[in-house]
Amino acid sequence: MARNLQLEVVTPERLVLKQSVDYVGAPGLLGEFGILPGHVPFLSALGIGNMMYKQGGRPRYLFVSGGFAEVLGDTVTILAEVAELPEEIDLDRAKKARHRAMERLEAQRRERVDYARAKAALQRSIMRMKCREEAKLAASGGR
Amino acid sequence: MPALKDVKVKINAVKKTKQITKAMNMVASAKLRNAQARIERFRPYADKFYEMLGDLAKGADPSVHPLLEPHAEIKTVLLVVITSDRGLCGAFNNNITTMAQKLARKKAAEGKTVKVVCVGRKSRDSFRRSEFEIVQAYVNEMNAFDFTLATRIGAEVIGGYVGGTYDEVVMCFGKFISLARQEPTQLTVLPLSPEEQADAPKEAGGGLEYIYEPSVEGLLAELLPRFINVQLYRGLLDTSASEHAARMRSMDNATRNCDDLVSSLTLVYNKARQAAITKELMDIVGGSEALKG
Repeated sequence: MARNLQLEVVTPERLVLKQSVDYVGAPGLLGEFGILPGHVPFLSALGIGNMMYKQGGRPRYLFVSGGFAEVLGDTVTILAEVAELPEEIDLDRAKKARHRAMERLEAQRRERVDYARAKAALQRSIMRMKCREEAKLAASGGR
Repeated sequence: MPALKDVKVKINAVKKTKQITKAMNMVASAKLRNAQARIERFRPYADKFYEMLGDLAKGADPSVHPLLEPHAEIKTVLLVVITSDRGLCGAFNNNITTMAQKLARKKAAEGKTVKVVCVGRKSRDSFRRSEFEIVQAYVNEMNAFDFTLATRIGAEVIGGYVGGTYDEVVMCFGKFISLARQEPTQLTVLPLSPEEQADAPKEAGGGLEYIYEPSVEGLLAELLPRFINVQLYRGLLDTSASEHAARMRSMDNATRNCDDLVSSLTLVYNKARQAAITKELMDIVGGSEALKG
């Protein structure tokens, strides 16, 4: 009997997701990690990136930024400052953001604060686009 | 006796005003419902957040993070004063700014330097007339804000505290208690008081050992700045809900006043009308008497 994980994703603005899933993969600050049912209690900070969770064997994706993951029993709680489902991602905006971030990186390679910010922005935009792509791929592959 | 026409004009004017206040009341009530829903949606995040932080902070010693460490001497106090951008909501904004000004003067009397971050036009307008320095002002943001506003204010607050520019940070905002009650409140955001974090009593872990990644200290370093943002966001949400509740009530009062005014003006109008009729009758009777004679 396969157990399920209860996945909950909350942001300050709303409850993004509350679902029963088979697997959760998330971008930890120290690298990606995967969680299956029966995991030990676990608390981790998340970086900028894409979460992948499996539902009925099919992968689904979610973009998160600035958050924490808590695993307790069979419940996975993600607290994120931003969390977006693939269909909510604004691709144009992400593309523009990437462009802007790259320009800024070129211009201000020496200034540290701006550099870090631009880099984070760049990563967010890239990850947003990737999230959309992977979701699309998964959808077409699943049929 | 006032002229009939003048009274009529006045009555119409009051009726028009009443229409406006009534509409504003309805708009405020719709916005209030929205704001309350946002508070509701924020609650799961905040609760979970306090829980996590409570678990972590229990074992940590205050020296692990600069935000946990109180400064030895409090020289500069930063006030974050949150009000609405717009008026017509009774004494709501005034209550907050009065409280903030009083607090600022008290701190100044103790020999501390007071600086202010103003959120909302009313807060800025109030402090612009005072001797305290405004570090930052966020105007026209309260109408449609999201978590990023809290992050932006938080960046200033945290950077200043860690950098040693500020030694204490106090937030003044309108706490939303109920539809009928909003209270100007002050909350010390920094230094963080350990008791406050221990407030999250629910022990979900139940003595289970977590695996922490990165270390407890690393996690705290991520969590604590966010905690400031969460506090600020809560202040923003509360103030916005309070604003709309206060406006709803003051517009309700205004609508009722209009009703009173209309009825008393109608009385004046009718009196004037009757006086005019009586006068005309007297003229007619007087005229016919004169013809008879």
